Amino acid sequence: MLKDITIGQYYPADSIIHKLDPRVKFVGTMIFIVSIFIFNSFPGYFVAGLFLASMIALSKVPPKFMFKGLRAVFMLLMITVIFNMVLTPGDIVFKLGFIKVTREGLIMAGKMAVRLVFLISGSSIMTLTTTPNQLTDAMERLLRPLNRIHVPVHEIAMMMSIALRFIPILMEETDKIMKAQIARGADFESGNIIQRTKNMIPLLVPLFISAFRRANDLALAMEARCYHGGENRTQMKPLKYERKDYMAYLILIAYLAAAILFRVFKL
Amino acid sequence: MSIKLENVMYTYSPGTAYEIHALKNINLDIPDGQFIGIIGHTGSGKSTLIQHFNALVKPTSGTITYNGDDVWADKYDRRALRSEVGLVFQYPEHQLFENDVLSDVCFGPMNQGLSRAEAEKEARRALLQVGFKEENFSKSPFELSGGQKKRVAIAGVLAMNPKILILDEPTAGLDPKGRDDILDQIAELHKMRGITIILVSHSMEDVAKYVDRLIVMNHGEVAYDNTPKEVFKHYEELEKIGLAAPQITYIMHALKDNGLPVDADATTVAEAAESILKALKEKGGQKHA
Repeated sequence: MLKDITIGQYYPADSIIHKLDPRVKFVGTMIFIVSIFIFNSFPGYFVAGLFLASMIALSKVPPKFMFKGLRAVFMLLMITVIFNMVLTPGDIVFKLGFIKVTREGLIMAGKMAVRLVFLISGSSIMTLTTTPNQLTDAMERLLRPLNRIHVPVHEIAMMMSIALRFIPILMEETDKIMKAQIARGADFESGNIIQRTKNMIPLLVPLFISAFRRANDLALAMEARCYHGGENRTQMKPLKYERKDYMAYLILIAYLAAAILFRVFKL
Repeated sequence: MSIKLENVMYTYSPGTAYEIHALKNINLDIPDGQFIGIIGHTGSGKSTLIQHFNALVKPTSGTITYNGDDVWADKYDRRALRSEVGLVFQYPEHQLFENDVLSDVCFGPMNQGLSRAEAEKEARRALLQVGFKEENFSKSPFELSGGQKKRVAIAGVLAMNPKILILDEPTAGLDPKGRDDILDQIAELHKMRGITIILVSHSMEDVAKYVDRLIVMNHGEVAYDNTPKEVFKHYEELEKIGLAAPQITYIMHALKDNGLPVDADATTVAEAAESILKALKEKGGQKHA
């Protein structure tokens, strides 16, 4: 029932993108997102699209999965396109009653659509090729300078990875409790909103109890292993840049430079 | 009155990298009044299978009928089905939510449309039948011991008066005494109420004593479906799929191999003891003659 919801939809495969340091992928995604806002013309988008397509090809993740994320934002995409098309003033292409579609509007809508599609599929590459744990590791390392101003970077990263780790567990738990209560005749589907909220009690009470129990168990297990915060803590698999990571950075810089050049020379 | 599964297949997360075929081509017929054991290794598909019995899970392909009606037909009342086919999940203590034991057990009957008074009557009967003491009826379910919680949860399903009661590893996490108590009470229920019982377990020892039909699951398929006696004859094959026959089977086979004419198919300790005594008497008799 709830199995269809995926957060952190890692797709295991053996590719160069999977093997890259997660920091590179994180920075790369940022650069890609920035670049689609720097590019401001269709030839520019073509370059960005080419870059995106080659990354998808390199990642060996079936493109089907890449575009799955798009389904979730389909409504948003449609609304953006329609509003841009109708509300941008300019040369009227055609009129339908009081609705005027302008040339500028069409171009604007096209650009926004391209940007949104690139934005979603670009970040999908990162989440599909990087495990949530690798991502939090990368964030911890990238944010480490903030330690100087007493931001507890390690603790925040730890909380994030625990939270991520618990999502599938709690999902499964919800599924189980839901089924158990349905087997006892509970009804989660019909009734008005107040009735439905009331019907959630047999699901939520056991779920909260189990979440607290799990949190308690985990805290005990961590203390039993003498866990204490970030100071002097080493990692089992410390992140280390390799040659391919430096190469990837070079490519990213070249790509960003191309984007800026396109903008400067108004290509 | 029966559940019938025809060519049932079930696939988890079809079309993704995590696709798992949990059930492959299952054909089963579950008539009334049987006491059935379903045995299988972790991940053999037994939990998935029982969720098909009360239409909690829709099969990827194949049909499931209850009393001849397809339970996944458009107009079929699956809520009504679920009160006829009661399912007690593994770790049922995790489903308790009410302030007191009696109210929690009333949840099922009240969902069936009974008034509070009628529901309480059913709840009391169910709780007493699973051996739960009356003085604890008003306690919070969260202050009970593991075994007591389990009883309350089983009573919660039993109070709905199901015609078929399915229990998924009802003894997980209990000590040997608690395990025997619960299993004895379930066997008692089978006798008293005459309902069909399906007991899921991964322990042969537990099941052999009680059931009259044993279904062995392996990798999503039915490996054996027969009386325990017949199934345990394949004890060597059972070992290959990560299961074992009851210890007594091994002892009896060893005795027979060493020349004592015992009945090697005995499945319970009582049966085995009788057979050994008989064999010894015969042997003794031969010497005297």
